[in-house]
Formats: sequence, structure tokens, C-alpha cells
Amino acid sequence: MTSQVTNAYAGPVPALTGPAGRPGREVRRRIGVGQGLANGLTLAWRNVTQLKHSPEKLMDVTLMPIVFLVLFLYVFGGVVAGSTHAYLELLLPGLVGQMAMFASMGLGTALCEDIHKGVFDRFRSLPVARSAPLLGAVLGDTVRFCVVMAVLTGFGSALGFRFHTSPLAIVAAYALAYVFYLAMCWVSVLVGLVAPSPETVQGISFIWTMPLVFGSSVLLSNTSTMPGWLQAWVKVNPVTHLADSVRALTIGGPVGTHVLYTLAWVAGIVLVTFPLAMRMYRRRV
Amino acid sequence: MAIVIEAEGLTKRFGGTQALAGVDISAESGQVLALLGPNGAGKTTIVRVLSTLLKPDSGRASICGYDVESEAVQVRQLIALTGQYASVDDELTGTENLIMICRLLGMSRPAARSRAREMLARFDLADAASRAVKTYSGGMRRRLDLAASLLGEPEVLFLDEPTTGLDPRGRSQMWDTIREVLAGGATVLLTTQYLEEADELADKIAVIDHGNVVASGTPTDLKARIGSQTLQVRAADRTYTQQVADAVALVIGAQPDISADTGLVTSTIKDPALLPAVVRLLDDLGIVAAELALRLPSLDEVFLTLTGHPADEMDAEAPAHDGRAA
Repeated sequence: MTSQVTNAYAGPVPALTGPAGRPGREVRRRIGVGQGLANGLTLAWRNVTQLKHSPEKLMDVTLMPIVFLVLFLYVFGGVVAGSTHAYLELLLPGLVGQMAMFASMGLGTALCEDIHKGVFDRFRSLPVARSAPLLGAVLGDTVRFCVVMAVLTGFGSALGFRFHTSPLAIVAAYALAYVFYLAMCWVSVLVGLVAPSPETVQGISFIWTMPLVFGSSVLLSNTSTMPGWLQAWVKVNPVTHLADSVRALTIGGPVGTHVLYTLAWVAGIVLVTFPLAMRMYRRRV
Repeated sequence: MAIVIEAEGLTKRFGGTQALAGVDISAESGQVLALLGPNGAGKTTIVRVLSTLLKPDSGRASICGYDVESEAVQVRQLIALTGQYASVDDELTGTENLIMICRLLGMSRPAARSRAREMLARFDLADAASRAVKTYSGGMRRRLDLAASLLGEPEVLFLDEPTTGLDPRGRSQMWDTIREVLAGGATVLLTTQYLEEADELADKIAVIDHGNVVASGTPTDLKARIGSQTLQVRAADRTYTQQVADAVALVIGAQPDISADTGLVTSTIKDPALLPAVVRLLDDLGIVAAELALRLPSLDEVFLTLTGHPADEMDAEAPAHDGRAA
């Protein structure tokens, strides 16, 4: 033990110190992109390890798809599509879009908690890339996306949902939802950085997600009974484009421009929120 | 010796509060500099500026000659920070926490694992290595935090109130641990609310009040400036309390205070050499002392002497800088 103590600090300080008080050790002038990515992966590992220790944190993404699927299916099924079976074909792809949105909301709260607990102070005092803690948080959160989609699809299949398209199209549908999810994660990060406390994050997230999730074609594809202003909103809403893309890619039908619109939205959201989040992060933490 | 930590004219304002009002501090290589002051005096703000977490409004600071603002990347490779609220991850185990930091410092996976194991053993945490940190005691958390800070063998170590909130036993254990670390020769900036702690660990103390350095010097200098220490004596047999008081009065030349409840005889003394004189006199008189101690002045007494006011915790609403000549 004693010898370890001496070993860890064997460096004779005067010898290490260069002329202008600078240490003899090698000091890099900047953090490379490769190292930034490695740092991000390490911090993603941290988030995944946390989930491994307390799997109850995944309870929301496990139960949410089941509750939503059952409720919407049996409440609206008969009215909207004549039968629950017909409605399931419409509803499940829609819920893929909705769940991608909801699953991203937990990130803001977790981030806000980390900042309050001082964990981020340590990260920021280390020679890691500036963006690494945020990048790690977003990448680590992928677990939540995977769980929510697996439960939704699995439970939906048990209720009778069947894919009608090629495996490639199905993969493309979930990939599109994932890309959208990543974009939404940056919005969630931004909210987490702006919110004064972890408790308020949820409230704020609730307000901005509701119009996006419900003012869309997630629950019904026919929007002709809506008032004009709402139809206009539904038409531009990225969640509509995502839901319609997923529908076409999983149960068939024309994909049209929905995929392009979704990707354009994703690019737009990331272009705005990523730099904003980085700026807030620098200022806030 | 080269200057390793240097700050000149640091100012920082948070809304209406002047947290730093022109702070100058410096520490040479291998020195331990303690910032002593009450809550809200600006100690943590100084640490946050020096550790690149916060930009000052004006003034400049450098670590090993690297500017903390323009050369923050270089500075971060040389420093390590232990926070006031131990900034380890509650949800991870001790081992996982240390492996994570090692990996962030660029170590390979096997190197990270063996370094984590080595440090957990060194800080007496081997048994708790695979337990989640949230099950640790306060002292264990602080030790893990310190271990995490030392993984990269920093040139400069910031210890922000390392023993606040620990019980006396935890505190003296932490001091032992810190002393071991200090023996390695890193330059250390320590913040504390306890003169005793600064006296135990530091080579140099800067007393911080309302964002200003109001006094600085070696612990010996500072104690000499404050002048007084408190002598406490209690007779083993309470019936001798008055005789003890008389003996103390005889040596010191002033009447001591006597607590009727506890039988404790207390007197302020300027010259520590009077203590052995009291001991000798009590011995000659055949009085056995159950308690005999020379206590350092409290933070309040330090502040009263140095600033003319007690160490009040800063009120966030009140203007921190009251225009008093520093």
C-alpha cells in the first residue's frame, strides 16, 4: 500500500516543471474529433450502465406503448375504422411516430439532474471534447428508443398487427423513426439545459409535445373533419410526415414526399437545436 | 520556485451579487494554498474560475502559465477538481466511476481497469468497489471523489470544502488521506470554512470575505495576527475548579471565565508558551486536569479580528460588496 502511494506520485515535481512554470509533461493544444467521439461513447456507456443497475428507469418506455396501444385501439377503433383490427393497421405505425417523440422526453430531465448534482462539473473540468457529455447522453438514450419500439411492435403483433412490406422497407421505417428520435433528443437536451430544475423539465416538455403528437395524423389518417387551421397545422407537422412515412413503409401504400419532408424536418431541427444546445450548455453549466 | 496557480484582479457578478471583487492569489509549485471563509464568501467561485468552469467578468488567471480562458484545453489536462458536493455518479459502482474517468482521460480499457483497482485499494474502498455509490457513507464518497481526481496524476488539485458535512472522525480520516496525497507534491488549492483545517493542511492561507482577499500568509503569520488562542482547563475533581481558575489567573495575569455547569475554565491567551507554565503550576499544586487544551480561534473569531465583523453568510439579495475599504 505504502509503495503504491509513492508510485502514484513518484514524479519529482521540480524536475517536471519546465522554465515558465510549465510542466514537463506533454500538453495537447486541442481535442481531436476521434477523441471527442470516444469520449461520447464512454459517456453513453455510463448511461447504459446506469440503466443496467436500475432497470426500473425503463418502466415508462415499457408500459407507455402497451397502455397507449390498448386505450386508443379499443376507445377509437370502432369509431375511426369500423373495427379494432382495421384500426390497428393504422394506429401502430402512427404510434411509432408518437413513441419516438415521447421516449426522447426523459433525456432532458436526466440531463438537468446531472447538472444539478455536479456530475457535469467534473466532466467539464476533464480534458474531454466539449460536446462529449451531450453526445454521450443522446447516444446512451438509444436504449430507451429500442425498448419502446420493441414493446410496441411486439405487443402490437400479439394483438394481430402484421407487416405487409419487404424487410428492407420495415428497417427503413424504424430507421426513419430513430433519426427523428435523435433530432427530438436535441430538443429535449435544450429544454433540460434551459429548465431551472429537473421537475420543471417534464412540465415544459409536456406543453411542446402535445400539439405535435396529437395535432397530427398519428391517430387518424382522415383529417377532413378538422377545422381549416388545424388541417394546415397537421399538414406541416413533422409527426404527421413521420407517421405517414412509417405507415407506407410498414403496411404499404405510396410513400410520396413524406420521407423527404421528415428528413428535411430532422435536418432543420438538428441545425437549430444542436448549436443552440451547445451554446446554452457553455453558458449554463 | 515557479508560480503554478496565479490569479490577478478576478471579478465576477451574479445578478446583484458581487461574488468576486478583485481577487489576487498565487501558489508556488508544491504548495498548498487554503482559501478560508464563510459560505458565500466567493471561495467556490474562485475555484470554478481557476478550473475553467466559469469565465470571470474581468481579471486573468493561469495554471502552470496557461490562461484559464484562452488555453482551457491545456489547463484541463493539468488540473483535477473535487466538488463541494462530491461529483461522483450515484448510480454507478465505485469501480465503474473510476473506469469511466480513466477512459475519459484516454486510457485503454485494461489500463483503466487496473488503475481503478489500484486507486480503490489505496483509498480503502476495495470492499465497496462493486457497490453503487449511493450506498456509500459521506466519508467514502469524498474518498472516491478524491480518488477520481487523482487518476490523471494532476499537477494542480482543487479541493473544494473536502470535509464539509463530515463528522469529526470522518474529517480526521479525510485529513490523513489528503496529507498522503500532499506528500506526492502536487500543488493544491483547498477551500475550507475551518481555520483548524487550513492550519492542519496548508502552507499558505488566504482569508476570503465578500469576494476579497482580506488577509493572507502562512498559518503561523495568520495566527500571530489574530493573536489569541483559547486555553481550556477542567479539573478532574470539580471541587478544585476554583483552584484551577486561580492557577490560570496567576500564570496569565487575568481572571479566566468559569463555567458553573461544566467546570470548564476558559481564558484567551496570546502566548502559547503559557500552556506549559499552567501545566507545571497545576502539577505543583497536585491538581489533576481532566481536560487541558489550547484551541485555535474559530472562523468567527478570525473574522472579527481581521475584518471587524463576524463571518456572516452572504445574503443573496443584499449587495455583497458594501463599499468598505478592503
